[in-house]
Amino acid sequence: MIQPVLIFGYGNPSRGDDAIAPQLLSRLEALHPAGVELVTDFQLQVEHALDLEGRELALFIDASVSGVAPYTFSRLLAQHDRSYTSHEMSPAAVLHVYRQIHPEPPPPSYLLAVRGEFFDLGEPLSESAATNAEAAFTLLQKLCADPRSEVWERLLVEGS
Amino acid sequence: MTFALETAENPQNLKRVVIEPVSRVEGHGKVTLLLDENNRVHQARFHIVEFRGFEKFIQGRPYWEVPVMVQRLCGICPVSHHLAASKALDMIVGATLTPTAEKLRRLMHYGQILQSHALHFFHLASPDLLFGFGSDVATRNIVGVAAAFPEIAKKGVLLRKYGQEIIRMTAGKRVHGTGAIAGGVNKNLSLSERDTLLADIEQMIAWSRDAVELIKKVYSDRPDFHNGFGYYRSSFMSLVRGDGALDLYHGGLRARDEHGQTIFDHVDYSHYWDYIHEEVRPWSYMKFPFIRSRGREEGWYRVGPLARVNNCDFIPTPLAEAERITFKEFGGGSATQATLAYHWTRMIEMLHAAESIQELLHDGDLQGDDLVSKGERQLRGVGVIEAPRGTLIHHYRIDENEQIVRANLIVSTTHNNHAMNEAVRQVALQYLDGKVLTEGLLNHIEVAIRAFDPCLSCATHALGKMPLEVELVDAEGTVIDQMAKNTSGQFCV
Repeated sequence: MIQPVLIFGYGNPSRGDDAIAPQLLSRLEALHPAGVELVTDFQLQVEHALDLEGRELALFIDASVSGVAPYTFSRLLAQHDRSYTSHEMSPAAVLHVYRQIHPEPPPPSYLLAVRGEFFDLGEPLSESAATNAEAAFTLLQKLCADPRSEVWERLLVEGS
Repeated sequence: MTFALETAENPQNLKRVVIEPVSRVEGHGKVTLLLDENNRVHQARFHIVEFRGFEKFIQGRPYWEVPVMVQRLCGICPVSHHLAASKALDMIVGATLTPTAEKLRRLMHYGQILQSHALHFFHLASPDLLFGFGSDVATRNIVGVAAAFPEIAKKGVLLRKYGQEIIRMTAGKRVHGTGAIAGGVNKNLSLSERDTLLADIEQMIAWSRDAVELIKKVYSDRPDFHNGFGYYRSSFMSLVRGDGALDLYHGGLRARDEHGQTIFDHVDYSHYWDYIHEEVRPWSYMKFPFIRSRGREEGWYRVGPLARVNNCDFIPTPLAEAERITFKEFGGGSATQATLAYHWTRMIEMLHAAESIQELLHDGDLQGDDLVSKGERQLRGVGVIEAPRGTLIHHYRIDENEQIVRANLIVSTTHNNHAMNEAVRQVALQYLDGKVLTEGLLNHIEVAIRAFDPCLSCATHALGKMPLEVELVDAEGTVIDQMAKNTSGQFCV
């Protein structure tokens, strides 16, 4: 059965702060949030549009090199943003692919971008990234406690 | 040692054009062109801007961790590294795989080939092929394809998803799977998993056939252009089965020169260093492998779909074999050395992968329980596989404590390093020489590189997120024009 909420964390666990999202998902997994499916991958690609099928709500989690610390929490809109480097697609572009292959719009979707600093191979999370991830995890717990779009919209102000 | 256009005679008097990074290529790379005041090309190089050693990263790890650890090399082809590493460990534990283990690994591998080739063709290459290399950059991406050709975009997404499902079922997880282990696999394919995959395989074969037809039509509509774009002749290297058939999972190494003459054949890859040597050049972090017997200047070669389809004597699945024959006969063999023929042969291989998956799904060995074997322990292991982008070599040495003390990886993109540089030079001469630079013209360079589907993340073991900057610098070193692409891929002045 498809869970109504998708939380998709992406990043390479062996690349320093790129591991923020996979680590957050591991912590979240231990809490067994009801109605939530946790999915992880190295990066976003076209087929991830299919993971949005049948969802009521979706959250993308990524490490960000340009965002504000500790994180930004924002609403996503399908966007033709030309981020098709294939190294990674943006979540907005994934939503756009969804629009291209489905007649209905994608579920309300959000991005939790946690600030990272260092992305070297074989390095652990940096101290600042660990602090930022801790703050993000507190937000994640709130999001999972009441996974409704209208509730998440109110949290946008807190997180931004 | 240098090649034509690799090093200019008087670089200080030339202006420099930098394309950085090459978009729609895994990882990132940089192209520099040195032009004179008449915009004539004097030097063209494709090089890597960052390097971090994965081989160092893995030293000291217990050998059994390797098949999982190497998947973190690259988010694009983790399964290829997983399987090549597992094959190397088979040697270390002295294993001869059981039929069930080998067939499950093959199924995983064909799933990887299917999804990787689908991504490249439908996502990365089709915007150029369907809209033209110099078309509006705003539409020249997969979103543009989806808008203009919605069925193509959907097929690409679903083909890729199907391949990923095979990987999930055989590896146990979507990412960081542990399906292959030293000496075998750790799970079989259940009947329900098999039936799930069987339900859609006819559709996947049909779409793969459509894809071959599409690239054939694109190619045939302008054969001279597609044959001539970035054209040069080269040697090819790939694995082939004992009977000469295309085999993407296992075989002996075969190399043929630019005239189709055999250089070596059915070589046991466990001593690959007797046949291939890696050269370092001061201007690139990526090594330049060459065939020892032909030397540094003549020994470079191409790997990947074009090499494999050219090198094999036949493809052991009927639909793909028919397409191989059509390809080889096209224009009297005119496409067999063409840079853009990589796209055509890539789709023939995707069809072969889909057919092979169907064949395997009807094989009861996939539900077998004899999963792992062992033999006499060795301290060295070499695993070679034909990854989506070409021949992939993993070589490990362990100590008495079963820890990795040395690792050497030669990934597909490294094999193709010289060949990609050659393609860049040819395109620079054909399309840029003496002309005013535009984004569309610069994209021609990227099109030539993309034909190889390079994975620079693997080749240099690097992670890169860089904006693109193009600068025109005159002979005095003054920036006379510039263009930039931000991390979202948007161009700005």
